[in-house]
Amino acid sequence: MNTERIDRVVVRFAGDSGDGMQLVGDRFTGQAAAFGNDLATFPNFPAEIRAPQGTVHGVSSFQVHFASSDILTPGDAPDVLVAMNPAALRANAADVSVGGVVIVDPDEFTKRNIAKAGYVSDPLSDGSLAHLTVHQVTMGALTLGAVSELGLGRKEALRCRNLFALGLLSWMYGRPTEVVEDYLRKKFAKKPLVAQANILAFRAGWNFGETTEMFAVSYEVPAAALPEGTYRHVSGNAALALGIIAAGWVSGMKVVLGTYPITPASDILHELAKHKNFPVLTIQAEDEISAVGAALGASFGGALGVTTTSGPGLALKSETIGLAVMAELPLLVVDVQRGGPSTGLPTKTEQADLLQAMFGRHGESPVAVVAPSTPADCFDAALEAVRIAVTYRTPVLLLSDGALANGAEPWRLPVIDQLPDIRPDFSTEPNAADGSGTHWPYVRDQETLARAWAIPGTPGLEHRIGGLEKAADTGAISYDPANHEFMVRLRQQKIAGIDVADLDVHDPSPATTRTLILGWGSTYGPIQDACRRLAARGVPVAHAHLRHLNPFPANLDDVLARYERVIVPEMNLGQLALLLRGRGATHLVSHTQVTGQPFKAGDLEAAFLAYMEGVAA
Amino acid sequence: MTTLDEPLQVEGEQQPLSGLAMVPRGPQGQKPADYRSDQEVRWCPGCGDYIILNTVQAMLPALGLKKENLVFVSGIGCSSRFPYYLDTYGMHSIHGRAPAIATGLAVARPDLSVWVITGDGDALSIGGNHLIHALRRNVNITILLFNNRVYGLTKGQYSPTSNQGMVTKSSPLGAPDAPFNPVSLALGAEASFVARALDSDREGLAEVLSRAAEHRGAALVEIYQNCPIFNNGAFDVLKEPGSERRLIKLAAGSPLGLGEPDDQGRHSHLVVRDGGTLRVVARDEADPAQVLIHDPADPDPTTAFALSRLSAQDLSYVVTGVFRAVSRPAYDDDVRRQGEIAAEASPPDLEDLIFAGDVWSVPTHRGASA
Ligand SMILES: Cc1ncc(C[n+]2csc(CCOP(=O)(O)OP(=O)(O)O)c2C)c(N)n1
Ligand code: SF4
Ligand SMILES: [Mg+2]
Repeated sequence: MNTERIDRVVVRFAGDSGDGMQLVGDRFTGQAAAFGNDLATFPNFPAEIRAPQGTVHGVSSFQVHFASSDILTPGDAPDVLVAMNPAALRANAADVSVGGVVIVDPDEFTKRNIAKAGYVSDPLSDGSLAHLTVHQVTMGALTLGAVSELGLGRKEALRCRNLFALGLLSWMYGRPTEVVEDYLRKKFAKKPLVAQANILAFRAGWNFGETTEMFAVSYEVPAAALPEGTYRHVSGNAALALGIIAAGWVSGMKVVLGTYPITPASDILHELAKHKNFPVLTIQAEDEISAVGAALGASFGGALGVTTTSGPGLALKSETIGLAVMAELPLLVVDVQRGGPSTGLPTKTEQADLLQAMFGRHGESPVAVVAPSTPADCFDAALEAVRIAVTYRTPVLLLSDGALANGAEPWRLPVIDQLPDIRPDFSTEPNAADGSGTHWPYVRDQETLARAWAIPGTPGLEHRIGGLEKAADTGAISYDPANHEFMVRLRQQKIAGIDVADLDVHDPSPATTRTLILGWGSTYGPIQDACRRLAARGVPVAHAHLRHLNPFPANLDDVLARYERVIVPEMNLGQLALLLRGRGATHLVSHTQVTGQPFKAGDLEAAFLAYMEGVAA
Repeated sequence: MTTLDEPLQVEGEQQPLSGLAMVPRGPQGQKPADYRSDQEVRWCPGCGDYIILNTVQAMLPALGLKKENLVFVSGIGCSSRFPYYLDTYGMHSIHGRAPAIATGLAVARPDLSVWVITGDGDALSIGGNHLIHALRRNVNITILLFNNRVYGLTKGQYSPTSNQGMVTKSSPLGAPDAPFNPVSLALGAEASFVARALDSDREGLAEVLSRAAEHRGAALVEIYQNCPIFNNGAFDVLKEPGSERRLIKLAAGSPLGLGEPDDQGRHSHLVVRDGGTLRVVARDEADPAQVLIHDPADPDPTTAFALSRLSAQDLSYVVTGVFRAVSRPAYDDDVRRQGEIAAEASPPDLEDLIFAGDVWSVPTHRGASA
């Protein structure tokens, strides 16, 4: 048998939501990480926990892209699809690249299952898969055989089918096996029989690849030459949670998370709740209003108030965020965006909350807005958001999304001593300009415009704040027209003056490039991938990606002015484009997609090219 | 039973820990004036809120705390202006949300005495959800619910405690809503401390307030408050001659009675058990075995609930004092303790946390073998 060396491969596992596809996808990812590949993943699950078995609605999938070079996305089209049943095949076959491999279990293709999946004829025999290489592997029967010695019930034994599939793929790509077996032993430590069955199924899958002649070749995807460092594989939600803990650590503030469960943000709560040995307190509140209220109350007390949610929850938090704007207290509000409006597409991704984050409050109510661009970047973005919140005494909206939240990639671990210092500098001495020896809570730092922040327990600085308009300096209630005008403009100026890094531009040939792609958030990977592909075709385009959406980087207008044409891809109907047009940009092309799925690099490549050729401009 | 099931105890003490146990003690000889802020008080003349403010300013010195460790958090309403007039830390927040904000503050800061000031609209309409959950969780906060049975600040619409049929600008043909009984609601929400007082009864109010502050866990005090502008005289029958026939003042360990006391100080009427409910009967008709002896520490809230039902919306009987004061773990103590136990078991180290799990180093790559 031959082993062929390839640079990259995209594998997708698909099955019923009860088939354990997320688990094997996750393990396959762990194997790639352990092997030293670069990787990116894309889990995709149905909104229902257990939709009717065997139907397309119940299909859950997990895509892993791993490579020997640096990659940016989970991949546009799987090279290999493992489909555990007809529904999984039907939901995914169209995505597989031409000439790709499909592995199915023919025993699953009963008349009943075929009909349930919505096929009118058997796809294995009607020629509809002729453009693909289909391997029929009786995964169920082989699994039953492999575990028969353990005397498990049929149903229980069949549950190990997913590990058989993983074993087979592990053989195909020369993946390390001990990490999987170790994991199974640990996970099922209390059920040794189940652990044993899974391990047997996993080995059976491997052996099947090794011994049958079905597969002419196996492949090797060598380790990637990533930048030097220590790595771990991390999802966006986990990185965000760790970033929040790190922010608490470096600020010296206790983290108080007030939150209410909502997909796809709940895993941030789950992760933080695991680390209560840190100064991290989690409050699962009765609703999102209470959640953000608790976070703000904690901030008032000098803690780092954090609240995490998705679009519907952000809507409920608006009024309290407005209070935080008025009270000028730090508050981190994380919105893991999903498809909307309303309940929308709870498990899918979108970037359509940008304008809600910017403007979704009554009155002139500016807040800082920050967006991470990759799963691992969620860590840095959390620290950056907290830096702004604490330094400027302001709520900060952090816009993640479903693709970042559940996607994963290798994370080059930070050097702890190099994390930013974001200590809060609480007031301890009276500051009243009238010499009264009292505390005026709205006296400001001249540079940052941040107000003096005295926390309860500080003797002599007792004061009251709240949602009513504040007199400049003293913070007393003021209905004075001139004061209101002054304060509204001041709050705006404070946010506009936040010190943020300049926008970096990747431009392969600055002298000649005429087109800039400007993105924000999770579209970084597909945009950058598309730009690389274009460069490889001899069509250089520049790419800049915004981390700061409010305020924008100071050099943004200069960057935009350098290019003839700026294409703005977004997973919404052009919200960033609207903001840029509001600043006077006229040479924009808004390229939008709202399928609930991330952009595919190939689609972007084609679209950019078309715009540049003027076809669609 | 986990360690979290036990009420917090200071070593050697038999009593459950006071609600103020972790709040630093302040200087001796504090005066009400120490708690007066420089803000001019701006309620309407004759508003019941003035008496409540004076009573609070008069009772706070006796708590003997550092005033910088007191925080008053309010919602929105006339009553919610209260924190501005106290020289402590304070937050005038948004409508209905003070219990949520106070929860976060209490969780973050065990060294603070956290008070919530709220109105009948603020607490029971827009903020109803937060109120019941703060009580259920038993957060260590003291909630003062100013019940004037009307929306004062928005100029007189009926509220969730207004009499059915009350004519207001928003109910010219009479309010169609059935009212809440706040004490019943609180008991139903598993409150560990529930009391009621009258604005005009300074002594009774001060007594109930200091007990509420000392209670570890959520304490709800409903205060009947007169709004002379939009619901004037709503509680006058409790202040006029003859009110003894309506008012039942709770005192732990004594038979519950009402009515003009005789020369031996005995009430003309007594509260007796009658099946599952309570009834008021003339002393000479009362079966001594059935006369209710008040026990606020009764772990079963049934009798406290029956007492709350004795208080009618029409004020024919009104029960005041402490209905229920039981010890159960406070939410914020439990949340913090989980952290302390976890930190003892595994001292926090950021580097360990970040470098946990399956990490690998580049260029040294590992695991290439199958
Ligand atoms: C979100 C929101 N909705 C409505 C209001 C208007 N509002 C302010 S106070 C109030 C009712 C206050 O009634 P209550 O809590 O009984 O307080 P009182 O004025 O009687 O002391 C209302 C409806 C508001 N401020 N915010
Ligand atoms: S409207 Fe009523 S409650 Fe409000 S201040 Fe005036 S009297 Fe007091
Ligand atoms: Mg009221």
